[in-house]
Amino acid sequence: MTDKALEISQVFKKRGATPVLQDVTLNVATGERVALLGHNGAGKSTLIKSVLGLTPIHGGSIRVSDAKPGSGKARRLTSFLPEAISFHPALTGREQLTLFAQLSGEKPDIAALLERVGLADALDRRIGTYSKGMRQRLGLAQVLLGKPAVALLDEPTSGLDPISRQDLYEIIDELAGQGTAVLIASHALTEVEARTDRIAIMRKGRVVADDTLAGLSRRAGLQTKIRIRASHNADLIARHIGGQRINGASVEIACDVGDKMAALRQITSLGGEVEDIEITPPGLEDLYRHYAQEIRQ
Amino acid sequence: MTRFLAIASCEMRILRRNRWLFMATLIMVLFALALTFAGSAPTGALGVDMLTISVASMTTLSVYLAPLLALMISFDAIAGDADRGSLALLLSYPASRGEVLLGKFAAHLAALAFAMIVGFGAAGAVAAWFGGAGTDSLIALGRLIATSILLGGVFLTLGYLMSALSKSATSAAGMSAGLWVIFVVLFDLGLLGAVVADDGGMFTKKIFPWVMVANPADAFRVWNMAASDGVALASGMTSAAKALPVWAAPLSLMIWPFLGFAAARGVFARIEP
Repeated sequence: MTDKALEISQVFKKRGATPVLQDVTLNVATGERVALLGHNGAGKSTLIKSVLGLTPIHGGSIRVSDAKPGSGKARRLTSFLPEAISFHPALTGREQLTLFAQLSGEKPDIAALLERVGLADALDRRIGTYSKGMRQRLGLAQVLLGKPAVALLDEPTSGLDPISRQDLYEIIDELAGQGTAVLIASHALTEVEARTDRIAIMRKGRVVADDTLAGLSRRAGLQTKIRIRASHNADLIARHIGGQRINGASVEIACDVGDKMAALRQITSLGGEVEDIEITPPGLEDLYRHYAQEIRQ
Repeated sequence: MTRFLAIASCEMRILRRNRWLFMATLIMVLFALALTFAGSAPTGALGVDMLTISVASMTTLSVYLAPLLALMISFDAIAGDADRGSLALLLSYPASRGEVLLGKFAAHLAALAFAMIVGFGAAGAVAAWFGGAGTDSLIALGRLIATSILLGGVFLTLGYLMSALSKSATSAAGMSAGLWVIFVVLFDLGLLGAVVADDGGMFTKKIFPWVMVANPADAFRVWNMAASDGVALASGMTSAAKALPVWAAPLSLMIWPFLGFAAARGVFARIEP
């Protein structure tokens, strides 16, 4: 009917008298990867639990491939990776995954699946002996069971070392490649957000931004930072080009992306006074700070 | 259907692997054997066979042990998963909460049944071998095993209820211990106090037996005592049982597991993992 695997529109939810989700609208299309950013307590996990049908909403609607959250169909089509996942320590990885496969009615190749996430050696070892990263990988393996229409990953990078993260991005790409709509919630900025198609930012239960990375940068109008290290007289440099002295030997200026070259020409005209310069374009971090902290609307 | 079996077989594997099944069976065997040998003295005086005496002693034992063992497995059933953070994941799969609970119940009840059959069965076999057994005493043994499993089932569901009500496995353990003390110890003490205060009045004659049999632990005792004259004689608990119709105790013990399960299911439904 629609290529929107996940449709969240104008969702409202309160806990007691406090609203925890307000007018949340977010769509994830088939094969799309969307990062959901926000501080702890911004409402990311609550939104995910609402999509899973684990907690009721008090307004608006959520559809998972046109099914109601928590319905049999929605549950079959959704896979979920909880934050800081752990399993019963007495079971082995293979047994745990077999249980999940039986519950979802799939008959996958468990060994191949565990090998895919790098747990081939730990297949028949008890989960009690696993490290945090290994448990996270096992959690990821159960996301890959079947071919979910929607995958909800809550803080998937927590506890993963850099190599495991690389594997995680590959797995996310693979999921999206087979047509799964992937929603990745995170409070920390990592490369994973840059590798998504769209970024949504939540603040105090509202979605304050929902755009591509380029679109967000443009709208935020953030400035490039240039840090100049003086060879001997920082005051002289500060007098000539303005900006702020940040310590005895350095001056920092901020300029719009379009004015950058003019500023650089001015700096190089100072010749030997400048020892070194460092240019920092606005990063994800700045973007995130811009949208997540500033009071908007 | 297959989903509840998948959960049941997984739970069974956990019980085997964390040695719970072994320990519970061992406890049952040791206690049942100890009671059978210790309680074999009055055989001649009462004119009943050794198995009858043994069943009477084991009935007293089971009132304490069956609820305790049941609560020991069941308190962790929901709170443990919630603690680990795996409950939300489990519930995101297409198994209903009823199926999850039923799967756990099936496995836990099977484990309890195994411990009861092996424990009481071994003690019964020893008693029969050394002191003889008749048809009556064998039926009494069978009844003891069946009712013990039923009593365990009641407390399994009550344990799930505690597990669903509490925020953590630790508090579920505490609440289960409290529950055990209330049902098995305090309830009887309270009734005893009331009977003494009433001094043979209206309460003692009409109300007391019904209040007593409403407690599954006492219903278990009454059922076993009332059904076998020999066992009742050996335990000295006849008058209260005689005041009730024969169906009262079995009815109470058979209704309780359904009540407990429904209550646990109801509270479980409200949990937002």
